[in-house]
Amino acid sequence: MTPTRTQKSTFIIAGGRVIDPASGLNKVADIYVQGGKIFKIETQKLISKKKVSSSNEEIIPAWDNIVTPGLIDMHVHLREPGREDEETIVSGSEAGVAGGFTSICCMPNTQPPLDNQEAIKFVYERAKFAPGKVFCVGSVTKGQKGEELTEIGELVDAGAVAITDDGKPVSNSEVMRRALEYTKMFDIPVIDHCEDLSLSKDGIMHESFTSTVIGLKGIPALAEEIMVARNIKLAAYTGGRVHIAHLSTAGSVELVREAKKKKIKVTCEVTPHHFTLNEELIASYDTNLKMNPPLRSKKDILAIKAGLKDGTIDCIATDHAPHSIEEKDVEFELAPFGIIGLETALGLVVTELIEPGILSWSDAVAKMTVNPARILKLNLGQIKIGFPADLTIIDPKQSWTVDVSAFKSKSKNSPFGGRKLKGKVQYTIVNGKVVYSG
Amino acid sequence: MVKLKSRHLLGLQGMNREEINLILDSTDTFLEILQRPIKRVPTLRGVTIVNLFYEPSTRTRISFELAEKRLSAETVNFSADASSVKKGETLKDTVRNLEAMKIDMVVIRHRYSGAPHFLTSFLDAAVINAGDGAHEHPTQALLDMYTLRKKYGKISGLKVVIVGDILHSRVARSNIWGLKTMGAKVAVCGPTTLLPYEIEKMGVEVYSNLNESLRGTDVVMALRIQLERQQSCYLPTLREYSQRFGITKERLPLLNENFTIMHPGPMNRGVEISPEVADGPYSVILDQVTNGVAVRMAILYLLSGGEGKVE
Repeated sequence: MTPTRTQKSTFIIAGGRVIDPASGLNKVADIYVQGGKIFKIETQKLISKKKVSSSNEEIIPAWDNIVTPGLIDMHVHLREPGREDEETIVSGSEAGVAGGFTSICCMPNTQPPLDNQEAIKFVYERAKFAPGKVFCVGSVTKGQKGEELTEIGELVDAGAVAITDDGKPVSNSEVMRRALEYTKMFDIPVIDHCEDLSLSKDGIMHESFTSTVIGLKGIPALAEEIMVARNIKLAAYTGGRVHIAHLSTAGSVELVREAKKKKIKVTCEVTPHHFTLNEELIASYDTNLKMNPPLRSKKDILAIKAGLKDGTIDCIATDHAPHSIEEKDVEFELAPFGIIGLETALGLVVTELIEPGILSWSDAVAKMTVNPARILKLNLGQIKIGFPADLTIIDPKQSWTVDVSAFKSKSKNSPFGGRKLKGKVQYTIVNGKVVYSG
Repeated sequence: MVKLKSRHLLGLQGMNREEINLILDSTDTFLEILQRPIKRVPTLRGVTIVNLFYEPSTRTRISFELAEKRLSAETVNFSADASSVKKGETLKDTVRNLEAMKIDMVVIRHRYSGAPHFLTSFLDAAVINAGDGAHEHPTQALLDMYTLRKKYGKISGLKVVIVGDILHSRVARSNIWGLKTMGAKVAVCGPTTLLPYEIEKMGVEVYSNLNESLRGTDVVMALRIQLERQQSCYLPTLREYSQRFGITKERLPLLNENFTIMHPGPMNRGVEISPEVADGPYSVILDQVTNGVAVRMAILYLLSGGEGKVE
């Protein structure tokens, strides 16, 4: 963590195209920051690039760049407590700010899991040393066993912004029903990893012609879709808020689309790898292509892109899942599920969604800022006077090659090493402090 | 001069007709050696081969071992339950340690698909797949093809049906690739629960009615049905399986004249194949085993850089 410049409490981010989806602002503006907050957004009298000397410490140069609200990743696995060799709260946050994320939400499937107030307090205590903001998601059930509800009120009091048993689904429909009912008191969503475990049993990749040829047990798309359908029914019945984690199939997109038409309180997210990579690549048996939900078909990718475009899919989240090299350097069958994503997400969004015209900058930014903020009721994700100066400055044109060895994350399990991406973070600013500069 | 494109044998997917013919032609030579009173040639003298068997196997393991010995190779056997696997050493570490002892080739049988492929990512030695998960079992398919070529003179134009648990069968997959490449017409037949997703895209006809699949067919390849399939809902009972998919004497008249019955072993007599069919004059099940040694000798020879005639 080496903040390089402009640590004055008052400064100006000059000349960038400011994209704030919440207000609809999308024009060149100077943003004035004071005391860690945004205090002025100037669109008329702009500071001229020519008049500014490079040594001016009150100016962060953003000419030709895009300035967005600080990115928010609502689905990250930090391995602390339990597997600090793979990721810590601090290292995960460092990876986050390097990828433009000013806020990340950590999933509770640590060892032990975040299923009580003390565990959540521990995370917030550790997060004080992190460069970015970390928000806790608590467990739905004690020990994530899927049986008894945690003390959800206590978790919320300690700062949990949602609950989930992610990594696993809440298989028992009665438990899910009660969780959706109970959380209505706190207006937090229940995030569910949708997987019918009986249908996915022993499965390690998408069930497809590829799985047939290479002889790996398949996970059919309907293992996800049945649970998405169940959750939508439960949300409709209870009036609770359900958020579908890492949605991956065409059928799931369609289910959510229809549910939203009926005003059912369902939201969802998709990961960059699920709109970038398809399951046919697994013919190489590369364990960095093993995740859950698995990579799906080209047809599913098209449906996901359509769902992103028409607003069915609210958020882009990474499901950043660090695993050690030795855990992944084994037979495909034995490798754990999951890949890291914090440091490649933005580049993939620009390269795969914005450049080909699937999403506008504003729509893409919304799915990484204000949309997750609204779902989690965070007072963040907007460029607004009085809001914390959490900002991401991006060079939209810069091409770069992913180098896993340069990652801030303690883990390197990414399938994107060597990939050429467009769009790179220049500065990440948290509460008016530059915490990363590219 | 035809040569094998890869220095490993991982599967028959992607292997072309010339390569398969090269292996089958070379097999003729080695089969002849096996008829001699002294069934041993010095071809692989000084070559060290390790047989890594991470899954129980009798036929394939002994067949490889004999093939290696008859080529005068130095062989080392490693079985999963006998060594450090149980102490928690990874496949990669185990194999790298073996490689440090200077080995030239690795023959691997593994319960997980892709394990041989994984070895090639870090190993200098040549890797031969002796069966991986439900992926491929290329030497089995090559010996099956050799057996058919020997009987019929050619494979092209033969109608072959593979019967049984196609879903879990590496033998079926390798045979489909190989037989299709050699110009045979291939069908699969099994209970709908044991037919893998979109298997028809491999270019095979798909049946779940055994009698229909047998009509006009030259070759029937019966696969072993595993008892466990009953527990995991793939089958109600082995009894019902046997009634519907067992190769019995009564069904044989549906086949073409001069038909052939094959089985990769080990057989469940009375389940997927009736004893009288297994032992009938049209059965080549034991020829398959004999030819297996010769085919494996040919493969070891070709992968160790051999070409042309063997003395």
